Amino acid sequence: MVVAPVASGREASLRGLLETMNSAPWVADPDNEVLPFGRFDRLHFARLVVLDDATMTDLEAGGSPRPGFPVYLAFIGDCDGPAQECLADLSRHAGDGLHKLFAHCEGFDTGSDALSWMLAHNVPAAANYVNWIGRTVRQVRQESALQRVLSAKVPRNALNSGSDVQRVRRDLIAFVDAEVRAGRLALTTPEPTPPLWWLANRVHAIVVPLVGLVALPLLIVLMPLLIFQLRKRETSDPEICPRPRPEALQALRQLEDRDVTNQFTAFGPVKPGLFRRWLVTVLLVLIDYACRHVFMRGHLGRVQTIHFARWVFLDNKSRVVFASNYDGGHEAYMDDFINKVAWGLNLVFSNGIGYPRTDWLVARGARREQCFKYYQRRHQLPTQVWYKAYPGLTLIDIKRNQRIREGLQRAEMSDAEALAWLKLL
Amino acid sequence: MNAQLPTEVVPVELEDVQGILRFGYKHHKEACFLLLRVKDAGAARTWLAQAPVTSAATADPPPQTALQVAFTSEGLRALDIADDIIDGFSAEFNEGMCRDADRARRLGDVGQNAPGQWQWGAGERVPHVLVLLYAVPGRLGEWRQAIEAQCDAGFEQMECLSVSDLRDDEPFGFVDGISQPEIDWARRRPARDQDQLAYTNLSCLGEFLLGYPNEYGLYTDRPLLEPHRDSGGMLPRAENITDKADLGRNGSYLVMRQLRQDVQGFWQFLHQQAGGDPALRQRRAEAMVGRTLRGVPLVGGTSATSAGDAAPPATDLNAFNYESDPQGIRCPLGAHIRRANPRNADLPPGGPGIVSRLKRMLGFDAGALARDRVASTRFHRLLRRGRDYGAQLSMDQALSDTPTGSESGLYFICLNANIARQFEFVQSAWVMGIKFDGLENEGDPLLGNRQAGVDGTPSDVFSMPRPDGPDERLCGLPQFVTVRGGAYFFLPGIRALRYLATSR
Repeated sequence: MVVAPVASGREASLRGLLETMNSAPWVADPDNEVLPFGRFDRLHFARLVVLDDATMTDLEAGGSPRPGFPVYLAFIGDCDGPAQECLADLSRHAGDGLHKLFAHCEGFDTGSDALSWMLAHNVPAAANYVNWIGRTVRQVRQESALQRVLSAKVPRNALNSGSDVQRVRRDLIAFVDAEVRAGRLALTTPEPTPPLWWLANRVHAIVVPLVGLVALPLLIVLMPLLIFQLRKRETSDPEICPRPRPEALQALRQLEDRDVTNQFTAFGPVKPGLFRRWLVTVLLVLIDYACRHVFMRGHLGRVQTIHFARWVFLDNKSRVVFASNYDGGHEAYMDDFINKVAWGLNLVFSNGIGYPRTDWLVARGARREQCFKYYQRRHQLPTQVWYKAYPGLTLIDIKRNQRIREGLQRAEMSDAEALAWLKLL
Repeated sequence: MNAQLPTEVVPVELEDVQGILRFGYKHHKEACFLLLRVKDAGAARTWLAQAPVTSAATADPPPQTALQVAFTSEGLRALDIADDIIDGFSAEFNEGMCRDADRARRLGDVGQNAPGQWQWGAGERVPHVLVLLYAVPGRLGEWRQAIEAQCDAGFEQMECLSVSDLRDDEPFGFVDGISQPEIDWARRRPARDQDQLAYTNLSCLGEFLLGYPNEYGLYTDRPLLEPHRDSGGMLPRAENITDKADLGRNGSYLVMRQLRQDVQGFWQFLHQQAGGDPALRQRRAEAMVGRTLRGVPLVGGTSATSAGDAAPPATDLNAFNYESDPQGIRCPLGAHIRRANPRNADLPPGGPGIVSRLKRMLGFDAGALARDRVASTRFHRLLRRGRDYGAQLSMDQALSDTPTGSESGLYFICLNANIARQFEFVQSAWVMGIKFDGLENEGDPLLGNRQAGVDGTPSDVFSMPRPDGPDERLCGLPQFVTVRGGAYFFLPGIRALRYLATSR
């Protein structure tokens, strides 16, 4: 996430510029002149959002002074490969647009180099979730095209015998081969996992638990104190969940349900004090670990509708930005949060000011349905520009298409496997 | 907002609940619905203060006629109800069904369904008050005249929606109204937040009546008034915040939509798809609904019930779920009744024991994950009270090219305590959702508006999975159902109604 304070007096002009990047209102134009997202074929999702948090006043409810933070401009992208390469790619092909954008930020002048400026303002995520690590934009698009032609081609009648099933499958394979040779379909072999990335990932997988193991005795000794501190706070932290203002709701809703996927950007202050700050830091390390090594194949807990999500600390860990891309409507997203993973949500977000009260860090909280819905809407910010590289596709589509391609490229299948494969089409 | 629950469960005062929450008025085969606008707030209040509203208490003998009354937020304003009271109602109710384009988009009210083309419910045609009149056969005419005479001073009649005499089947010819939640009137379900691992048809009272605990064990927001606003003690006190007067208690939100059904279009499309084969035509129609014409669920259709015997009692027709048919072989995943009520539990099914449960909770059971694409049903139930309108066509008339000259359809009515979580969720995520349960690009086969998604693919397909090959597909489905009007109403408890009529 590239983030920088908006220069004073430049916010209105920035908002105007962001608006020009949308084709129909609220839909990013993939060919817009500022940042033609569509030309970057490794970019899954991208958003530009003005981070202006009206809920900072909530700090005063806890008796803390309200700090004066600037309004930020944030650029968030989800891309294949290292962030540096993607940013370099952006500045190579859209340098002028980036100049126009960041000219609205403090400390950027016409002579600045967009890439080094972005790298200097890049804030790594505290935790990052990717639905399927290693699945590229190219793969998603190619597999979707494959599914479309196969689905139109497959004969939709009953198949009476295993040999019928195998014959239909062979015919389809031959058909795809011909389409590929004719240049109408492309099925590029996935790039191999970079060895260095793989190694670093293995090291990460081992080192984090090791550090945990080392810290464990200390943690056990401190546990009664920590539990005491937690329970004291859980029973006294103020709950701030008023109903969101109708105009604010309207501003959020008008962005939603234009496609089968939606964006969510939320921003809010962490509860004051070292206890909450350390707690949320440790929990985000654990969540990041789980996303990287456990939940990297299509689901985050029970939730299968999140493409990408990230938590980013700002302002010396006094505030957190949460940004995600999810399938379905907002009410369905909240339903998933509340009914499927309330415990996981509570772990992190209960460290935010005003969150509905939790018990033992996992219970209640988001299960307080209406409080929670008000709370999250109140902390949500409109996303001024939002881009998705594969409109119309949900994760279920993407995963099905992936299985279709895998099945297509398998040399041999039993009759039952071949039938199951045909039923995907 | 959610103080401790009362230790003793207070029984529901049925005399304070409008009857429609408890009864479908099955014996009152005649009905009509009046859409009124306030022309004189004083006179309107005078009538509302003593309107003969029928309660949910059982009467012996049952009344010959019944009257129910509900308000839109415009209606409350027209009656000069204080702003802070109106603000206490839910955002959806206050915004109304179609005032903003974003809600219309979510509900599928675009294209031919767009509010701009509605007969009522949009723009200047938003009703203030809905009066539902029911009567046993032969009694409606005089009942309606009497009520219209009483309302005349305070209201202007915008529309009198005439309703067909109650029969079992809706205009397409299917037995309707079978699936209903069973409301926990006795308050047997403890008011606490607890996972439900099996689908149950029993719903907490608070899912339908404001002022009682809902499926989360919590009280849905509603207008709660400072005691001095109700110094006469007309209103009940709130169960969860005992020093406030509860204007919502025993009330509910009523959602009404007029849905025109193109009966000829429906059967002619299927006739053509079936190559003129009547049996196939009927099977296709039944696959789209998920029940036979007689109402037998396809998923539970045993040889005893599907062989054309007398239809089993309604409880049997409603006692099933889809656990045994995860792929939709017997009842397609996208069938209407499967969308409207997926009958699943809080967790996908799996083995017994804590390990299996934990695996399913964390998503480590691949089989369970594949069956975990639809939200838990119990938070999204609707109590339906719709009635049909227009003439019932015979199959010959439906297949004939001669236009019928009149419109037929359904006045869809449902009751719920949380419009966003119940009606709007079911309508947008399940019925209109083109990716429901992992489907590719298809809306509800009956109600879908066939609109294309952002990638340009229209949602006019219906897939019928089969065991021995790729899904069968019906393609190019026309739109069969068109929205002609609609509004969100508040159906108050009877004391709340009198309070609204007299408060200043």
